[in-house]
Amino acid sequence: MAKVPVQFTLNGAEKAEFIDSGTTLLHALRDKIGDTSPKGGCHQGTCGACSVIIDGELRLSCLTLAEACNGATIITTSGLSERGVLHPLQRAFLDAFATQCGFCTPGMIMAAKVLLDHTPNPSREDVVEALSGNICRCTGYEPIIQAVLTAARSNSQNAA
Amino acid sequence: MELRKSYFADQRKDDLHEIGQPRPRSDSPGHVTGKTTYFADRNFPGMLHLKMVRSPHHHARIRSIDTSEAEKHPGVVKVLTAKDVPHNVYTILILIQIGPEDETVLADGKVRWKGEAVVAVLAETERAAQEAAAKVKVDYEVLPAVFDMDEALKPGAPIVNEYHGRNYYLYDSGECRKVRFGDVEAGFAEADHVLEQAYQSSPIEHAPTETTGCIVAPEGNDRFTCYTNTQAMFFTLDNASIILQMPGNKLHFVGGTVGGGFGGKVDVIVEPIAILGAKLTGRPVCFIYSREEEMQISSPRAAETVVIKDGVMNDGRIVARKVTGHTDAGAYSRHSPYGAQKGAGHYPGPYTIPNVWIDTYCVYTNRTPSSAMRGFGVTIGDFALEVQMDKLARLIGMDPLEFRFLNAYRDGDMKAHRQPTEGAALIECMQEASRAANWPVAEQFMAISSYAKGA
Repeated sequence: MAKVPVQFTLNGAEKAEFIDSGTTLLHALRDKIGDTSPKGGCHQGTCGACSVIIDGELRLSCLTLAEACNGATIITTSGLSERGVLHPLQRAFLDAFATQCGFCTPGMIMAAKVLLDHTPNPSREDVVEALSGNICRCTGYEPIIQAVLTAARSNSQNAA
Repeated sequence: MELRKSYFADQRKDDLHEIGQPRPRSDSPGHVTGKTTYFADRNFPGMLHLKMVRSPHHHARIRSIDTSEAEKHPGVVKVLTAKDVPHNVYTILILIQIGPEDETVLADGKVRWKGEAVVAVLAETERAAQEAAAKVKVDYEVLPAVFDMDEALKPGAPIVNEYHGRNYYLYDSGECRKVRFGDVEAGFAEADHVLEQAYQSSPIEHAPTETTGCIVAPEGNDRFTCYTNTQAMFFTLDNASIILQMPGNKLHFVGGTVGGGFGGKVDVIVEPIAILGAKLTGRPVCFIYSREEEMQISSPRAAETVVIKDGVMNDGRIVARKVTGHTDAGAYSRHSPYGAQKGAGHYPGPYTIPNVWIDTYCVYTNRTPSSAMRGFGVTIGDFALEVQMDKLARLIGMDPLEFRFLNAYRDGDMKAHRQPTEGAALIECMQEASRAANWPVAEQFMAISSYAKGA
């Protein structure tokens, strides 16, 4: 099958790959580029485990064609910490015991980051709404909601 | 909620360093940075993908299987049928001598539930494996199926599983697990009220976010490394060793990182066939359930029916309890004979009752085989028992919590299965629950303890 070139920025680094046309971004990230932080839970856009940020917006990488991401800026959870220092959301998830099996965590953090990027001081309802596309089957939603609210507070304190 | 100093004062140590202190979870840093390695986060050059051809029928005889078109499909490397599996008929609890072997890795002559694995296709890509699987031709003769436990137990019902020869599991105690304690009929005769109620549940799917699967890599020395999300590493290794007739030292299992299990990943389903595929092709093999397979194929919690008949006195004492439980194993045993047995041990709940009669049955139907899930064997039973307790309390006009205090087991009480109660803490839990829920009970119940009887 003829390959298609794709090129995008992933967590600040330029990436270029030849892929089969029709390859999903999830597949390209995990199996071609080697960033396995987005997870494949359903491959049909219902669980949110594959969530990534494309040009500032939350996207399901299992429903996004890699070739549609040419020139895009993509962020995944593996790219959030800088020089070993955790992002405030990662710190808050850690401190709030907001992880259990961990499989939904990278997608949750992506959804939470887009929320805080757009809405720095969200209400609890805002958080619940923002995470509504992400399924945690360990059902640890409450610590996750608390972690996002805590991260928002620590962000606004840092900004003040 | 605090652990009051007054509880178990002479049995406890309060100079503990870890208990009561929050400690960071060792796995959390990996989770929040996306670095935790789940089995599917590994990629091996030349890895093949395994897709299963599954039965579209609930019960059918297989007249013939034609894999010739599938084998010609571009990208297909190997097609496996029952004859390729060294020890095809197995049962996972054979490791603890609970037989008979009653399930096939790949169907041989018959299918007994809709979704049963019939043919495994190994190909260069997932897509090629899927397309080739669709080209496998299986000629079925559809047989009558049974979906309901009552129907399955009727005389003349279609036999679901010939390895059992009857639609229930035959324990060494007979057609069911039995507990006999005191004289239950005398208890009912003595009771002021008798209440009989039936409870039932449907199968429940765990639906872990990470689907069941494994990747197997041949190590080039007749050894195979199996990266898996099983919840039962050594159990799976030992069963794989039996199914593949391969010594355990040829199998190296790597796991422990599970993206949600809840009991749904303790059956030995994906590993043996993936290891066999790796052995016969010399290539790494990935077998991972699609979301549809996870929902439809993986074992759910069993459907159960529970009939509870209780004799209760006007003063609140339960004097007799008779429980008949049925567990729907589906087409194969897996963990269900054990689950039904656990139910027998678990009834009559954490209550001291002088006259008890319990029968629990494990029944076969043409439904998806059920298996472990969070407290299986007791969870549905607890639901039934506690609803029944509320109904009994209402029947005699007693506060439901006080009714439980009155019947709660305490240290030294003999349980129905003749194990003396030790280390009970039900009364203390209920005392705290009473405070936390702001559901006050009479002072006499707040003054008693589990281990100082009469206090």
